[in-house]
Amino acid sequence: MTDRALKARVWRGAAEGAFREYEVPRHASQTVLDVVTHIQRVLDPTLAYRYACRVGMCGSCAMTVNGVPRWTCRTHVDKAAKNDRIEIAPLKNLPVIRDLVTDMREFFDKWARAKGRFEGNRTKKDDFARVRPESAARMQADAGIECIGCGVCYGACDVVSWNRDYLGPAALNRAWTLVMDARATGRAERLRAVAGDAGCHACHTHMSCTERCPKNLSPTAGIAGLKRAVAKAALRGEL
Amino acid sequence: MTNNHPAYWAFLVHRVSGIALALFLPVHFWALGQALEGAARLDAFLAWTEQPLVKFAEWSLVLLLAAHLAGGLRVLALEFLPWRDWQKTLAAIAAAVSLAVGLAFALAL
Repeated sequence: MTDRALKARVWRGAAEGAFREYEVPRHASQTVLDVVTHIQRVLDPTLAYRYACRVGMCGSCAMTVNGVPRWTCRTHVDKAAKNDRIEIAPLKNLPVIRDLVTDMREFFDKWARAKGRFEGNRTKKDDFARVRPESAARMQADAGIECIGCGVCYGACDVVSWNRDYLGPAALNRAWTLVMDARATGRAERLRAVAGDAGCHACHTHMSCTERCPKNLSPTAGIAGLKRAVAKAALRGEL
Repeated sequence: MTNNHPAYWAFLVHRVSGIALALFLPVHFWALGQALEGAARLDAFLAWTEQPLVKFAEWSLVLLLAAHLAGGLRVLALEFLPWRDWQKTLAAIAAAVSLAVGLAFALAL
């Protein structure tokens, strides 16, 4: 395999910039992150990119690979490259700091705007909350809690690119897991925060987030759940 | 590309059929308005619609209507019924219903 070379076009620059082509030796089980690391360590040390765990846990290394947002540490070149060519760009819908590094502040600020922080009303003096794992609400929360915050869904979402205020799939998914959490307080404030034109009601059900989520979560399911929860709360006069 | 998946195609069909139907509506009202000018005007117009090309356009409209209706029911099912992993099945059902309606109309012509 090593006698073959991969032609990798990599984005260099910030908002303004251009693709630069590098030739990278192919290896068995090579990941896209391996390609970027080879370029930075061997061919061009000025290349900026971000990663940490390399095993699909930290959510740092998402990039746009051949037009599709992906976690690069768990994406094999075999799967992503076409005819030994690959194009690696920063994640879409986020400002580019340099090369493959995006500024993820707006992504995480939106988690805060969606009231994504857990707050309960128990103290250490209280007994444990007893939540039945098989209860319907807990099962719906469990379906969404494995998010690693990589931003792939955010980069895949057309609504984010159309409406810069839109909270996006990950923040709404986080809010949904808290709405379904029996221990969490502030339900009405959370539903108010996620309702409206910049929240769950802006979702067009394209399902690109669900299609691209590397953890196979379905933010679309959570967003649909939020729409129903907001409608019910509004009918009951709770909002 | 990032949007190349069934749920996005379903969205595109729904959106494009909706826009096409919205553009058709004024023409539809104009045609109905011909009746106000007397039976002869309307009959003359209806005779004109018997041409093959107009019939084909009429068939396209029925297909668009069916696609838009089935697509709308698909979105309602996704958003209001309990969630399950059936989005591709729903998109397939919506496509099948629109094709069946289109075929039935073509046979009835």
